[in-house]
Amino acid sequence: MNNKLAIIVNGIIKENPTFVLFLGMCPTLGTTSSAINGMSMGLATMVVLICSNFVISCLRNLIPDKVHIPCYIVVIAAFVTVVQLVMQAYTPGLYETLGLFIPLIVVNCIVLGRAESFAAKNGPLDSALDGVGIGLGFTIALTLLGACRELLGTGKIFNFTLFPEQYGALTFVLAPGAFMTLGYLVAIFNKVTKK
Amino acid sequence: MAKLQNSLLNMFLSLTIISLVVGVILGGVYAITKEPIAKAETAKQTNAIKAVAPQFDTVGEQIDKTTPNGKQALIFPLLKDNEKVGYAVQVIEMGFGGEVKIMFGFDKNFNVVGYNVLAHQETPGLGSKMPEWFSEGGKGNVIGKNPANDNLTVSKDGGEVDAITAATISSRCFLKALNSAYGLIAIQEAGI
Repeated sequence: MNNKLAIIVNGIIKENPTFVLFLGMCPTLGTTSSAINGMSMGLATMVVLICSNFVISCLRNLIPDKVHIPCYIVVIAAFVTVVQLVMQAYTPGLYETLGLFIPLIVVNCIVLGRAESFAAKNGPLDSALDGVGIGLGFTIALTLLGACRELLGTGKIFNFTLFPEQYGALTFVLAPGAFMTLGYLVAIFNKVTKK
Repeated sequence: MAKLQNSLLNMFLSLTIISLVVGVILGGVYAITKEPIAKAETAKQTNAIKAVAPQFDTVGEQIDKTTPNGKQALIFPLLKDNEKVGYAVQVIEMGFGGEVKIMFGFDKNFNVVGYNVLAHQETPGLGSKMPEWFSEGGKGNVIGKNPANDNLTVSKDGGEVDAITAATISSRCFLKALNSAYGLIAIQEAGI
């Protein structure tokens, strides 16, 4: 049991995809202009990650080495398309906010990276748990980053106003602010985890 | 179970079978979600028209047009007691971050009565202010203006509308969309 828990915690802290592995930087910087956007992107990625890790782990012995990348990509793309269609049908509002970034989950290195480095070597249950851990790590990182940028840029968190918008520094909502905020968050994360 | 060898047959079979299964699953999901997606789109459109247009009871037949920039545009004549009271026009224009889709409402004298930004990827905090900036009470209010008489371009281009601070491109896009929407219904009106 402890072993399973360790896999999840590993994804959140020791191998946090954003703060430690530095994978999937494009959606990280692109979607985190507000806390809710960051969180939704993280959750969508997590769903895909859990499903694809599980299926790839089940199929790992049926796929010859030389064609494993195309096979993984097909599986991942399938799940992303399913998520996209379902979101479009039942949560059109959310689909509109995330728009372009949903199909881009296919080429998010986190998903393929975990398929390669974890799902291809471990059992289905462990792989799904790894998906949960890495997915949570990604979601937490994106939500934090989004919350910081939203607060510094517009004075709001999850649309709750904390201070008037005119005191916000617009830079933080734009791309340079994403890099700066990410840098500081990584520094704080390292300070806390590496004693 | 041992891992499959890298023989041509194995590679061919595994790729083909995986692709086939995925294809079937996707086809199924598409079939299931097709109807809800279409419904969500229609509901969005009707709500968008309601939000921008003058009082009406029926939406006339949709007219497909093309804007001067080659994008799709839709005109919805609005009727009340079988009399034309205005138009809702949906146009697409290129903004700063990509396509911006806006629905405009005009009364029968071509005064702007409302608009609704349906989809955009403009910069949050800058171009994304479009929904408030150009509406009543906003600094660049266009409601009640008439594109036939008023010069609806940003003040930088000699017009009479204040652009969104630090988002001139988004503002230009918005006003270009407004003017092309007007152009389309003016042609439509003249043609009848």
